[in-house]
Order: sequence, then structure tokens, then C-alpha cells
Amino acid sequence: MSTATASPLVEALDAQAVALARAEAGRSPASLPSSAGEALAAMRAAAREAARRHGLPTTRQERWRHTSLRALAARRFEASASEAASPDAANASALAAALAHLPASRLVIVNGRFAPALSSLQGLPEGLRLRLFSDVLRDAPAEAAAWLATDTARSDAAFPQWNAALAEDGFVLDVDAGVRIATPLHLVVLGIEDGADRAFHLRHRIALGAGAELTLTTHQLAAGAHRHLLNTVLQIELGEGAMLTQARVQRESDGATLLQRTVATLGAKAHYRRLDLELGGALSRHELDVRLAGDGAVLEANGVLLADGRRHLDTRLGIEHLARDTRCELVWRGLGAGRGRAVFHGGILIAEGADGSNASLSNKNLLLDDGAEIDTQPVLVIHADDVQAAHGATVGRLDEAALFYLRARGLPLAEATAMLTAAFLREPLALIDHEALVSTLMASLELRLAASSFAGGGVSSR
Amino acid sequence: MLKIDNLHVRVGGKAILKGLSLEVAPGQVHAIMGPNGAGKSTLGHVLAGREGFDVTEGSVTYQGKDLLALEPEERAAEGVFLAFQYPVEIPGVNNTYFLRAALNAQRKHRGEPEVDSMGFLKLVRQKLSVLHIKDELLNRAVNVGFSGGEKKRNEIFQLAVLEPTLAILDETDSGLDIDALKLVAEGVNLMRSPERSFLVITHYQRLLDYIQPDVVHVLAEGRIVESGGPELAHELEAHGYRWVKDRIAPGAAA
Repeated sequence: MSTATASPLVEALDAQAVALARAEAGRSPASLPSSAGEALAAMRAAAREAARRHGLPTTRQERWRHTSLRALAARRFEASASEAASPDAANASALAAALAHLPASRLVIVNGRFAPALSSLQGLPEGLRLRLFSDVLRDAPAEAAAWLATDTARSDAAFPQWNAALAEDGFVLDVDAGVRIATPLHLVVLGIEDGADRAFHLRHRIALGAGAELTLTTHQLAAGAHRHLLNTVLQIELGEGAMLTQARVQRESDGATLLQRTVATLGAKAHYRRLDLELGGALSRHELDVRLAGDGAVLEANGVLLADGRRHLDTRLGIEHLARDTRCELVWRGLGAGRGRAVFHGGILIAEGADGSNASLSNKNLLLDDGAEIDTQPVLVIHADDVQAAHGATVGRLDEAALFYLRARGLPLAEATAMLTAAFLREPLALIDHEALVSTLMASLELRLAASSFAGGGVSSR
Repeated sequence: MLKIDNLHVRVGGKAILKGLSLEVAPGQVHAIMGPNGAGKSTLGHVLAGREGFDVTEGSVTYQGKDLLALEPEERAAEGVFLAFQYPVEIPGVNNTYFLRAALNAQRKHRGEPEVDSMGFLKLVRQKLSVLHIKDELLNRAVNVGFSGGEKKRNEIFQLAVLEPTLAILDETDSGLDIDALKLVAEGVNLMRSPERSFLVITHYQRLLDYIQPDVVHVLAEGRIVESGGPELAHELEAHGYRWVKDRIAPGAAA
């Protein structure tokens, strides 16, 4: 593939990579063998080279057919400030407001850097080890290099490649085998305007030992309006019989760009339960790749795409059944309003030998306005025997009969519309059985719906 | 209370109501009987404000107001209630939450203070005990997983909570066994008062054994062809709708 003239975005990211390579070369502690630092440097260089060579994905590439990066490619972004900027008074109050409804026991990253002043590590349960990716880079560069190893051959994976070249921070969680952690953990990634449009590259990692259990919520929030780019890679490894419950609430600024890749590998009888609420951002693309690698592994992944305003939300699932008797259940609801666009791709592969597997995917979408657009594509590929698979995708309007029923009882059109829309979007939340967590998630959704402009829009009055 | 004058309604280009006139005084119970396809359900839906029904001629005056000019929710707030023949299932919307929101929307429209959740719960308990409805229905989604009888009783329960001035029961008896029918009728009878009128739309006379009407109308081919006292219902039951048709057909051709 030829490299045309690099776009402003690629130029900017490349400049960041050059600066980071220089900084990391000077940082290698004498206590570590220099080979460790060299492995990291080599890996970074290879990732950078691949990302430059491939350029940004275009809509001519199948995996990016519905999401154009042309406008993004023309923009320039600065790197994150070298230290978490000490917030001025205005920022401090914005930060406080953004964090106000979150539990005090939380870990916070602001503009790409861990913010100790806003975080509380108190009461971190026994058996849970938390590190920052920046610490791993400094103390164990060989380990970090292994995690950052990326597929350099792929021509449509520029963002994971840039992430490998540029990631400097993130949360690294390890839960020891057999440890069950009941209290939900709250991880917060916050964006705030600080005088420039910045690009942040975070690398998170969660590893659960055999039989371990963990519940956590990731909050992607904004303290006020900003136009940053957040490029995230999350790696998850679940040992035999481990159980991870993860909710992600994305309520970023309407100007923010989010590119995220989640890659999870599940061992035998491991159970990954996940809920994504995509409620904000200008552009949010999430690739959720889950490998059901051990016999009897289970994935339950639900989500909500709330594409109103001019928001573009693109979620792409790549579920691979690689072992016997594996199961996935996927319930996704999308809403298109205003000039919003929701793109959903539900890819499920049941590989040869993954006999007895069970896959179910439901994607229903509500189109409230003519200016909005929804693209949904369930793709099921089966190479195994004795498999149960069901998938369905629909795009429809609000049920007129239900709307009339509510109005005939006295609910004004806007209220009736909001009630039906909320009910529709709440369905995927039924997955989470942790009571406090459910009410937090429900509140996020309700709050977001209350602030939306679509209630009453798109439904003709009598 | 309600005056329908020469009402003509088309549905999908087809004339369904062809000059229906009717007057209901406060406190009265009027039964509207008629064969399938006579326009009974159309009448209920037009009065409640359903879309897709074109009024081409005539008027409906309710408490001095032009009812047809109001949105469905305004009609509800003004005291018009339609008990649906087929109550709609609404997954994800809790029955109690829905009903409280509806009550408060109506109260807001009328300039009355909203009912808080404690006050609402009290109101609900009181109505439930009278209607013999299991309170587990309250915590389910609206009509989802309800049996046919439960759906109809849920309609009457909503009627009891919302306390309308004009209640239209659209074939509330259809699909009910005799026990369920009695319970529904009992609920309606408890709601009868000098200020509240009922329009009971039914295919069978059976319901009228339990809800005694003041006036019975026979609706056929889009208009009222005969009106009378409760005895008219028994005549219909004895002779069938063919009897009405035969009696009125020659004169009604005008």
C-alpha cells in the first residue's frame, strides 16, 4: 500500500512519537539491563513505522466503511502535557463538578495522566494489585514492550499501532487467583480543555487469575467542553473460571474523538460480562474483540448507542468462539436522532472444533429523525457442528400504538416519547445485577436522556 | 356532557361512520351495541383522538368544548378515558411509574398539584383493594405478560385511579370469562356517579346484565339506527342483529 502525503494528524502523531522515543531513551534506569529498554524502543519504532506506512483507515476499507476519518485526519493534536497540569481555579471547579456523583474510592486520569490528587487508593482490596502503565514502562520496560507488541501487518489498525508507539499511561490491574472482590472499582478517564487540542494514548490492562472475580466501571467523562482525541487500548485476560463484570459509561464532550480497542481472551469457564453506554463524544469508535479460547467460556456483552445531535457512534464486535461449549449473548440498542449516526457491526465467528457453542445477538434500533442514520450488520460465520446461533437486527420507529396508549392516558407527546425511548434503551442494562451499579448506570442514562433534544422530535403531532 | 352530531369518519379512505348522532347526559350510562364492522371501535378511537381517522363531517362537543380540536393527552386531562379493547404492551415501562406520570400530567394540565409517591401509593392501595387486583401487577411492565383478563382489569384500575368524567369502554367484555366479566363490571359500577358518564361499547348483551345502562343504542353501518331502554338489549339478544337490520333498513336508506 502506498503512502500518500501524510495527513496533518499523522504528522502530529509522528512528531509525538519522535519526542517520546527521545525521552524514553534518556530515561532508562541504570538498574535495568539495557536490553529491556532496547526491546521497548524497538517495539515502539516498529509500531510507529507500521502506522506511518499504513496511514489512517479510509472508508474504502471494509472495517471502516461507515466511519470516515477525513475531518479528523486534517486536524493537529498536541501531546499530553508532561505532567498533569495543576488545575487552575476554573478547572478545579469543573473537575469537581464532573466527579461529584462518583464514589470517593476511584482512580482518575486527567488528560492522559494519572491524577493522584483526585484519586483515592484507600481501601484497595487485598489481592488486587494496581499499577500505572507509566510505572510499568519505567520499572519493567520488557514487560511493557511485550504488552505493546502489535500486529504491524494490518493496514486498518493505525490507532492500535499509534497506541503501541505512544501509550504512556493507563491502569494495570491484576487480581490474584481465587480472590473475589465484591466492591466495584471506579476508573475515571477525564478530558478537560487546557488551551490545546490534545491526543492521549492510554493502555489499560486487566488480568484475573483462575477463579478471581472483579467488578469495575470505567467512566469516560468531560469536565467542560473540549476537542481532544483519546486513543485507548484495553487488554483483558481472564484465567480459568474467572469472572469480570465491567461497565463503561462514555459521556465525553460533544467535541471529543474516541478510538478504543478492547481485546479480551477468556480461559476455560471464564465469564466476561460487559456493558457499554455510548452516550457522548463527536466520534466514538469501539472495536470489541473477544476470544472465547477456553472450553465453556462465556461472554455477555450489551450496549447502548445514543446517537443524537451530530454524534457518530461506531461499535464493532468481533467475537471468536475458539473452544467447545462457549457461549455469547449480545444485546445492543441504538438510537438515531437529529443528525446522529449509529453504526453497529456484530461479527461472530464459530471456529472449527468449537462444537456445542451458542451465540445470540440482538441489535434493535430506533430512528427518531429523518436526518439520522443507522447502519447495522450482524455477521455470523460458523465452521463447527452442533451449534446454536441466533441473530437479529432491526431499525424502526417508535411504536405508534404504544405512543397513543400513553397519550390517551394524559402523557404529553414529548413525555410519552421520552418514556418509550428510555424503556427501549434500558433493556441492555438488565445484564448487570449489582444493585448500586445498576442505579448509577440507570442514572447516567436518565440524565443523558433528560438533557437530549430529541424528546418529542421526529414524531409527528396529530 | 357529550354531544356527537352527524359524525362522519373515514379510515384509509373508507367511510366507517356515516352520520352518527348521540347525546349523553352527566351520570348516564349509554350502551352502544352493534354487529362487527358497524363502526363501534372507530367511535371509541375517534373520541380518544387516535391518528388515522379522518373526520369529514359533523362535530363532537364535550362539556362545551370542541373535543376533536384537542390532542389525545388534552382530552385525557379534560376527563375523557378510553378503556382499550386491546391494551397495548409496553416493555420496560413500569405500570405504577406510568400511571403516576399519567395522573400527574393530567393534574398539571388542570393546574392541580402533583401527587407525590407516598400519596400515590396510598391512592393505589385503596383502589386495588376495591377492585380485587393483585398488587404484583403494579410492579410489572405495562400489560406485559398479563392475561387477557388482567389486561382488562388493569384498564379498569387505571380508570379508577384517573377518575375521568367520561369513560368509554371499548368491548371491555371481549375475551373475558364470566368471573372476569363480573369483576370488571363490579369495578365499573363502583365508579358510577352523578358526575361521571359511561359509553359502553359491546357486541354482546351479556355485559349489560352486570352494568345496567340507562340508554341502549344500536349502531349499524355507521350510524345509530335505534335507541331505547335496557329492554332493547334483550330484544337484540333474542333476535340477533339481523332483526335490527330488517326493521330499519327500508326507512334508513335516506
